[in-house]
Amino acid sequence: MPADLLTHVLRQADRTLVLSHRLAEWLTHAPELEEDMALANISLDLLGQARHLYTYAGKLAGHGHDEDHFAYERDATDFRNPLIVEQPNGDFAVTMARQVLHDHAAFLYWESMCSSTDETLAALAARAVNETRFHLRHSTGWMIRLGDGTDESHRRAQAGLDTMWPFAEELLGADDEDDLRTAGLIGPRFDGAWRAAVGATVAEATLTMPPEPPTRSGGLRGEHSEHLAPMLKVMQGLARAHPGATW
Amino acid sequence: MSQAEFDALIDADERIEPDDWMPDDYRKTLVRQIAQHAHSEIIGMQPEGEWITRAPSLHRKAILTAKVQDEAGHGMYLYGAAESLGVDRAELLDRLHNKTQKYSSIFNYETPEWADVGAIGWLVDGAAIANQVPLCRCSYGPYGRAMVRICKEESFHQRQGFQIMLTLSEGTPEQKAMAQRALNRWWWPSIMMFGPPDTDSPNTTRSMAWGIKRYTNDELRQQFVDATVPQAELLGLAVPDPDLVWNEERGHYDFGEPDWDEFATMVKGEGEIPDLRISTRRNAHAEGEWVREAAVAYAEKQQQRERVA
Repeated sequence: MPADLLTHVLRQADRTLVLSHRLAEWLTHAPELEEDMALANISLDLLGQARHLYTYAGKLAGHGHDEDHFAYERDATDFRNPLIVEQPNGDFAVTMARQVLHDHAAFLYWESMCSSTDETLAALAARAVNETRFHLRHSTGWMIRLGDGTDESHRRAQAGLDTMWPFAEELLGADDEDDLRTAGLIGPRFDGAWRAAVGATVAEATLTMPPEPPTRSGGLRGEHSEHLAPMLKVMQGLARAHPGATW
Repeated sequence: MSQAEFDALIDADERIEPDDWMPDDYRKTLVRQIAQHAHSEIIGMQPEGEWITRAPSLHRKAILTAKVQDEAGHGMYLYGAAESLGVDRAELLDRLHNKTQKYSSIFNYETPEWADVGAIGWLVDGAAIANQVPLCRCSYGPYGRAMVRICKEESFHQRQGFQIMLTLSEGTPEQKAMAQRALNRWWWPSIMMFGPPDTDSPNTTRSMAWGIKRYTNDELRQQFVDATVPQAELLGLAVPDPDLVWNEERGHYDFGEPDWDEFATMVKGEGEIPDLRISTRRNAHAEGEWVREAAVAYAEKQQQRERVA
């Protein structure tokens, strides 16, 4: 069955919320104070995107639910984020490898969404593309410094890329969204541009592209890795202990 | 510049700047105070930071993330102000990590419930503002200027903390009880944030003469109690002090004596929570070493490449 716009919006909302949460886990554990600030800032931008997207999803669904319904009252199997964003942070290189793969895709995605025929999404994209440009500068900058830094950082950067690469495919979108593309609601696929952009960063970082194509997928259909449910348990625990409460 | 010129600037209530001559003890006092303040900002990120991933709504999650991010920023300006006195950040961090410099003992308390995030904003940031607003007029220029910016952000933090407490107080009976428990936990520690009583504060007189400090500990404590008690009444929460009473004659609240033995224990920084705070910092620093080294190595390579090109 082809995906509707609500499904598409939830995929983007869940992607941004889950990644925001993972980045927030770094706070007070970052390699330096500047990184605590930068990661908090990126986490906050992603959270802002998620909140707009959930609010819009509530309108599309027509049931009057607010952003917190989507974030706090759904189970892991209801989430539609790509698997890569729910993967554990690992070391700083693993996190930056995930960011590089994600940010290149997010940038191309939002850029293409600026001309969406859906006015709400186009307006959101105009802001998100600028935020993502900054995120991309941050993550590619680190990937290059780590890859072309010391022997240890090079080894860790390559390991980070190898860890996250198998999950990369889902960042390029789902294969049940062609109708939305035809209608101009979402932009054309950007697989080639993404591969070229990632390839350029990897080359500048003096790293090697993993030879095998990405193999892991399922998140966009609600089939998650073992890491999402425990994360949601942390996130949703307090809210669910007080049903109907206002915070 | 000389001692006489320094004294003249202090007497005229003007600023001392980094390149000005200053007595060694003035410099040492400031380094100690600014470093302790910077350390408090970054250690203070921990008890609240633990709640970002558990915040009960996306709105609260966003505000709390921004708050913890501000605290990292405050740490950075303050380390910068300390560096203007000739020490470097890495050295100060080492002293925090090996416990030869302290941070505010308020962060040695736990945050077991969400309402603690509210109480920290309302009471701890409220007490911090009372302590810090006078520091905007500190005789040392870079510290005073850093404090102007920090105080603006702190007052936003204080409001968000009060807002959390207000929402809880107006919420379900469970939420209101949670707010009361947090007030019970944080009231006395906040009262003690102003430091020991004036009769027992050896550094106050000198710091006031130098224009580093503008009010005594007890003056600031009174000001805080007077401002905060009506807020607790507005929340419908009970301040956990049986001796608290309005004194018409003084025009101030009378209040009970905090447990100074507990304060002394907390200041020592021994025990499970202080160990956790410091080990979290040490681990982050140690695990980030290879990242910092990579950044330096890359920058050196880039410089070499530019020289060749």
